[in-house]
Amino acid sequence: MDIRPASDRSLLVSFGSEISLEAHRRVLHLLAGLERRPAGLLNLHPAFASVLIDFDPRRLSHVQVEALVRERMAAAPLQPQASPRAIDIPVRYGGDAGPDLAEVARHTGLAPERVIELHASAGYLVYFLGFAPGFPYLGGMPAELATPRLPAPRKHVPAGSVAIGGSQTGIYSVDSPGGWRIIGRTYLRLFNPESTPPALLSAGDRVHFIPQRDS
Amino acid sequence: MSAIRVIEPGFQTTVQDLGRFGYAHLGVSASGAADAFALRAGNLLVGNTENAPALEMTLVGGVFEFEDPAVVALTGSDFGGSIPLWTAVGLQAGSTLRCGPCRSGARCYLAVQGGIHTPKVLGSASTHLLTGLGGRPLREGDRLDIGAQSIRRPRTHSAPPPEQTGPLRVTAGPQADWFRDELYEEAYEITEASNRMGLRLRGPAIPSPPGHMLTEGVSLGAVQVPPDGQPIILFVEHQTTGGYPKPANVISADFSRLGQLRPRDPVRFERVTMEQALDLLRRQEEWLYSLL
Repeated sequence: MDIRPASDRSLLVSFGSEISLEAHRRVLHLLAGLERRPAGLLNLHPAFASVLIDFDPRRLSHVQVEALVRERMAAAPLQPQASPRAIDIPVRYGGDAGPDLAEVARHTGLAPERVIELHASAGYLVYFLGFAPGFPYLGGMPAELATPRLPAPRKHVPAGSVAIGGSQTGIYSVDSPGGWRIIGRTYLRLFNPESTPPALLSAGDRVHFIPQRDS
Repeated sequence: MSAIRVIEPGFQTTVQDLGRFGYAHLGVSASGAADAFALRAGNLLVGNTENAPALEMTLVGGVFEFEDPAVVALTGSDFGGSIPLWTAVGLQAGSTLRCGPCRSGARCYLAVQGGIHTPKVLGSASTHLLTGLGGRPLREGDRLDIGAQSIRRPRTHSAPPPEQTGPLRVTAGPQADWFRDELYEEAYEITEASNRMGLRLRGPAIPSPPGHMLTEGVSLGAVQVPPDGQPIILFVEHQTTGGYPKPANVISADFSRLGQLRPRDPVRFERVTMEQALDLLRRQEEWLYSLL
């Protein structure tokens, strides 16, 4: 575990520099350990192998936050054996919902049906939510599906778009610009500020994509 | 409930408070006032708590009509307002408050005794422009309710805060040891592509370090260097995580200056120690609490 200031009001806790299940488990451990936040601890930014902690420098110091991290990491994980949530994401692949399916098929040399089959047969792990509200960083996409991003990003990608960017797949959680190849769309809302919690997914969830027929 | 009518919205006027905290792990950045110091000062001048929602005007201010008597304050940059800056002013029913193009800086705040009353989203009234969380920029004809909460009497005599000039002060970023001193050697310029999400700089390209970088959490004021070598300072609506290395991070005491930078403004960076950064913040806080 490497702990260093990232600014005068944040601390970056790193668990190595590789994506691994072990680093992910430690990220979840620290997130759970800090769920009850002392006053002055403002925000937690998890990632593949690190957690950035924002705090109010008028109320807490780097030394105090570091001590808190070490204490909570030394404690046993809150639910060591809890099984992860499994969440099915229904997806309409291709057509208007997935304008880039044909291009992904062309690039990978697979039939469009095979792209869908491969994408929907894999199990995915939500490493963390980041980038935009409710956006999941997913691990587990079959390597054959890797397709480079668009040369220039689209100005508008609708929320719910399921897409491939390089070796990653993801779901656009809010309307936004984006350069990933859109292969389908889900009607599920990944982010709704009126829901509790506002994000559909959370770090550690297991996700499957379920192909939907056009109706 | 008393209200403000928007006669002219200005270039980009939004409701802001100090931000939406506690949701970064869901990908939601804090947002909040671009010059939080000015927003807090405005609120303290009119007798509000420092986090009360107020209006943030950008580059060109608006024109506002008050249906009932109100106590207001303008803080931040000089937008040619019809009332003086950095003091509470009483307005009569039917008064119009006018602001125009900025004469210095980029943002001016209009705080109202009682606060702007808008629905909170995830605990904050702050408008996050990119996602639409908390609302949208004001339009002509909008009517904003004024809240009923204020805790103290307004302050009608105060001096403007000490002017901040010179280089932006930074502490080391998480990848500081990946870089040499390029960031500190030359002046950069703020580009037109800058917004509440990030301040994009133009200047001598900083060579990309060879290290392998995994996406990680990023903090407000982080100076990140993408492959083209042109630094970006992450601002209030920044993404919660990013994959570019960060040689430096602007200190908290200079955040308010970031909110006042305009396109084509020159920027230099200067390193300070963590102790100096915290001492500068302490002094800024002392000035603010002299308004109490």
